Amino acid sequence: MRLSPDEIIFWQNGFFKLNATIVYTWGLMLVLAVGAKLITRNLSVDLKRSRWQNLLEIVVTGIAKQIEEVGLSQPQKYLGFLGTLFLFVAAASLCTVIPGYEPPTGSLSTTVALALCVFVAVPLFGIEEQGVGNYLKSYMKPTFIMLPFNIISELSRTLALAVRLFGNMMSGAMIIGILLTITPFIFPIIMTLLGLLTGMVQAYIFSILAAVYIAAATRVRKPKPETEAKE
Amino acid sequence: MLIDWFTVGAQTLNFLILVWLMKRFLYKPILHAIDEREQRIATELASADRKKDEAEKQSDEFKHKNEELDQERAALLKKATDEAKAEGQRLLDDARKAAEALSEKRMETLRSEAVDLRQDISRSTQQEVFAIARKALTDLATTSLEERLGEVFTRRLREMDDQMKAGLAETLKTASDPAVVRSAFDLPAEQRTAIQNALNETFSAEIDVRFETAPDLISGIELTTNGQKVAWSIADYLGSLEKKVDELLKEKDKA
Repeated sequence: MRLSPDEIIFWQNGFFKLNATIVYTWGLMLVLAVGAKLITRNLSVDLKRSRWQNLLEIVVTGIAKQIEEVGLSQPQKYLGFLGTLFLFVAAASLCTVIPGYEPPTGSLSTTVALALCVFVAVPLFGIEEQGVGNYLKSYMKPTFIMLPFNIISELSRTLALAVRLFGNMMSGAMIIGILLTITPFIFPIIMTLLGLLTGMVQAYIFSILAAVYIAAATRVRKPKPETEAKE
Repeated sequence: MLIDWFTVGAQTLNFLILVWLMKRFLYKPILHAIDEREQRIATELASADRKKDEAEKQSDEFKHKNEELDQERAALLKKATDEAKAEGQRLLDDARKAAEALSEKRMETLRSEAVDLRQDISRSTQQEVFAIARKALTDLATTSLEERLGEVFTRRLREMDDQMKAGLAETLKTASDPAVVRSAFDLPAEQRTAIQNALNETFSAEIDVRFETAPDLISGIELTTNGQKVAWSIADYLGSLEKKVDELLKEKDKA
């Protein structure tokens, strides 16, 4: 019984190894990049456009709209990071319909890596938006007493991100594996469909939470001028 | 241990590469295409708006021009109508004048015709009157009348004034041809002798005389010699009367 595709190791040389997580991630990257490249190879700027282009435009504008709704006024700036988070997690879930495939997001290493990326990206965007001083001050809001709690919240939410995604993806794969041994017909298919749904929901949750964190980090400065004005 | 730190690092790197790839191949071109399309649509809309404005402007201009043309046409029509009216009036006046002139001329012609007719009537009346008088006198003229005439003629010869007598005598003397005595009827021998005698006595010379008959004298005798004439005849009286009547008629016409 495997809990993670990390355990499938194709090649190892000391610290370096090539496990299923990395290989499937590469595969997903290849598919996403080549697919995007193929579709965007001859984009039409006219009113008439191909179905694939239409699909990609819907996806991209949909993501941008979601980011904007969260409260980030310049979605293009965060589209690269948040959009890729969503697309990667969603693609990883979607590909579970392929037999023999193990979703890389079912590995805690991958989810931790993604959560770490969010953990690093949030202060980076925050500092870019309001400067180092202002960003660090935001940890002492409303009072300095809140500083340790803010730091704990920062760490815990990162951990929560990683574990939530891992738990959901892993459990999906696990349930299917267990069901296959008990009732090999019908039920695994239903569970796979359910897995697809939960995978998409997880992709949405993961990226939207990341967006909310970034929004929180970049929006702190805004109420300040208002209080200054009141004073 | 569920977390393999090498895999975490590799996945982080993979994710960062994927972010770059997606930015490079997906977001940028798609957003660029969308922006370009929006730009294009905006441009087209703006151009359509501009064209619409232009069309409206042109339509207004055309309307304005149409109105101007209508006004111009109305003015021209009015002018043409007025001119036609004036021309018609002028033609009417001309026609009236011409008619008046014509009627004037006709009146004139009528008047002159009337005058002519009157003149003709006067003339023929006159001629008729004289013809009647002449005929009456011719009818009345007889030998006895001729005798009386001969007597009157001889008396007139004798009573001739001295100046006329001298002139006539001179003519008679110088004349190569004999003097001619003309009468409406053949004078009887006694009378011829009486006339010869009277001539001889008057001019105290033998006068050579030839007697002729001329019915157009109506009644009377005349002595002609070398262009000079001594006469007494009713035709003479009638001639002078005719002359006077003519003169009278002419004066009347003039008036």
